[in-house]
Amino acid sequence: MTAVGPVQWREIVQRLAAAEATLLGLWGEPGRAHMAVLESGFAITLLSLDCPDNRYPSVSAVHAPAIRLERTMRDFYGLDPVGLPDTRPWLAHGPNPTAYPFLPVEGEGLHQIPVGPVHAGIIEPGHFRFTADGETVVRLEQRLGYVHKGIEALLHGATLDHAARLAGRTSGDSTVAYGFAFARAVEAALGIEPPPRAARLRGVMAELERIANHLGDFGAICNDASFSIMLAHCAILRERVLRCAAACFGHRLMMDCIVPGGVAVDLSAENVTRIRSLVTEVRSRFAPLVRLYDDTASLQDRTVGTGILHADLARRFGAGGYVGRASGRDFDARRSIGYPPYDQLRFEVPVLTEGDVNARAWIRIKEIEQSLSLLEQMLEHLPSGNIRVAIEAAGPCEGIALVEAFRGDVLVWLRIDAACRIDRCHLRDASWFHWPLLEAAIEGNIVADFPLCNKSFNCSYSGHDL
Amino acid sequence: MLKTLLQGLRSPVTEPPPALDDPELAALAAKLDRAAQRRLGRSLAIREVDAGSCNGCELEIHALNNAFYDLERFGLRFVASPRHADVLMVTGPVTKHMKEALQRTWRATPDPKWVVAVGDCAVGCGVFAGSPACIGAVAEVVPVNLVIRGCPPTPTQLLRGLLSLLTAR
Repeated sequence: MTAVGPVQWREIVQRLAAAEATLLGLWGEPGRAHMAVLESGFAITLLSLDCPDNRYPSVSAVHAPAIRLERTMRDFYGLDPVGLPDTRPWLAHGPNPTAYPFLPVEGEGLHQIPVGPVHAGIIEPGHFRFTADGETVVRLEQRLGYVHKGIEALLHGATLDHAARLAGRTSGDSTVAYGFAFARAVEAALGIEPPPRAARLRGVMAELERIANHLGDFGAICNDASFSIMLAHCAILRERVLRCAAACFGHRLMMDCIVPGGVAVDLSAENVTRIRSLVTEVRSRFAPLVRLYDDTASLQDRTVGTGILHADLARRFGAGGYVGRASGRDFDARRSIGYPPYDQLRFEVPVLTEGDVNARAWIRIKEIEQSLSLLEQMLEHLPSGNIRVAIEAAGPCEGIALVEAFRGDVLVWLRIDAACRIDRCHLRDASWFHWPLLEAAIEGNIVADFPLCNKSFNCSYSGHDL
Repeated sequence: MLKTLLQGLRSPVTEPPPALDDPELAALAAKLDRAAQRRLGRSLAIREVDAGSCNGCELEIHALNNAFYDLERFGLRFVASPRHADVLMVTGPVTKHMKEALQRTWRATPDPKWVVAVGDCAVGCGVFAGSPACIGAVAEVVPVNLVIRGCPPTPTQLLRGLLSLLTAR
């Protein structure tokens, strides 16, 4: 972390605005603002700015993707970004949660549709305020923060063990990715390397998690276009993946299986065979479903051209995962940053440019195929040896990690104190940048296509609300 | 398409219901109001409310609808509105921001109604205990009739809990 003054801070902000660099994260602690930036060539720069009077030059004044991040820094730490274009609270709802000033809407014949926080399905809570002109959505405004659990506050002073469990519950669907990112950040801070076998097993878990989520999403996208047979078949395959994970690692979602220093559970020879059979089964049963998707005109009619996210917005917001890669942003932390075990594996990063629901579905399809191949490669050459190294205190230190979760890159930054506890830790889900892009993608689409667009983004509420 | 459809018919994956041998669940279910049970019979409409969950519980509740567990064969189904529901399944440590919404959902559910707290967070705040942003267990906000532990509970554990609601007499 480089300590900078306001002049250098402004310089880098100008480079963000000029699209010479991408904002990875922006967060605070009492009296200080931190920023992580992705440079061209995928180097990560970390900046830290002292704010003695709690004021600092706003990033979002010239770079809109930072708006919600800066509103949150105000809410959590009382930092005042000078020039912040939107000063409404974001994650802190205050004593009167129903009094929130939504953006004003003016125009003849417009009507509003308020939805949530409790939605109709089995999903997380959030509020959507649609403004529609007839059937067409002219604006969506989101209000989030309903599942704000105070994770950053709980992490302050937590032991590494407890902090790892908290990180693993930031967004349950990405528990492996969060465990992975948290462990890598701790290891970076303490200067330790997990054993090679542990690195491979982390990759196995991460790809199982990616396949399970992509299968669930693909089925659910088709279901939202009233093609429920796909959901039924994908749900069976997803269940097979989760049962395999439970048999191999003792937990269906593989929660708490990745720990700082390595992994908590080893993989037996018998379970290597189990995962190999799973790969064979998913590959053979998924292929006909993909053909069915491709051959069904009524499905294509709903997904092609729906909810288009333009490439320039995806680039400006640094959209990760299938959202970015379906809109031409060629970034995958597994390859672009590169970390074990992926630095030793062969895989392709699919990229499309259409930016619609169909493209986001196809990225998932291609990624499932890549993940199946990655699993085979990892099981082919599984190193022997230890699965965990001991954690030893190394004095006050800092670490950062970027790990590719199924929906995009997860950033974890942390500072460890002399007693080997977490002093500060920040977890940034890919959803922070996806949510505002969903507002943009739905504009001009009909209200009835919102579930389809929403499912194709599948943003995390919990991962965002912290 | 036809081949894919027939595949499902040839090898059904649906499993027999789990054994209801958990003494804690049996004891909780036994306490339920018998009159309410008689009125509702063997069919329950369930409304799921995430009051602060990490979404892990939601994934497993979703799984109840897959062909392995096939929740609807027991007369249990998820509904879109609390006004259609007999049972509220509530997950998460209740956050301060979801308290009002949970209370309103509970008030919108017609009597007789049951509340099932699902997952370690809903039962006792889980790893989020002590957070200034959380109120705590679901029971601190609305009356709870049954708890299903786990982080998250597996679909089999969820099924066992829900079936104990139907079978307790």
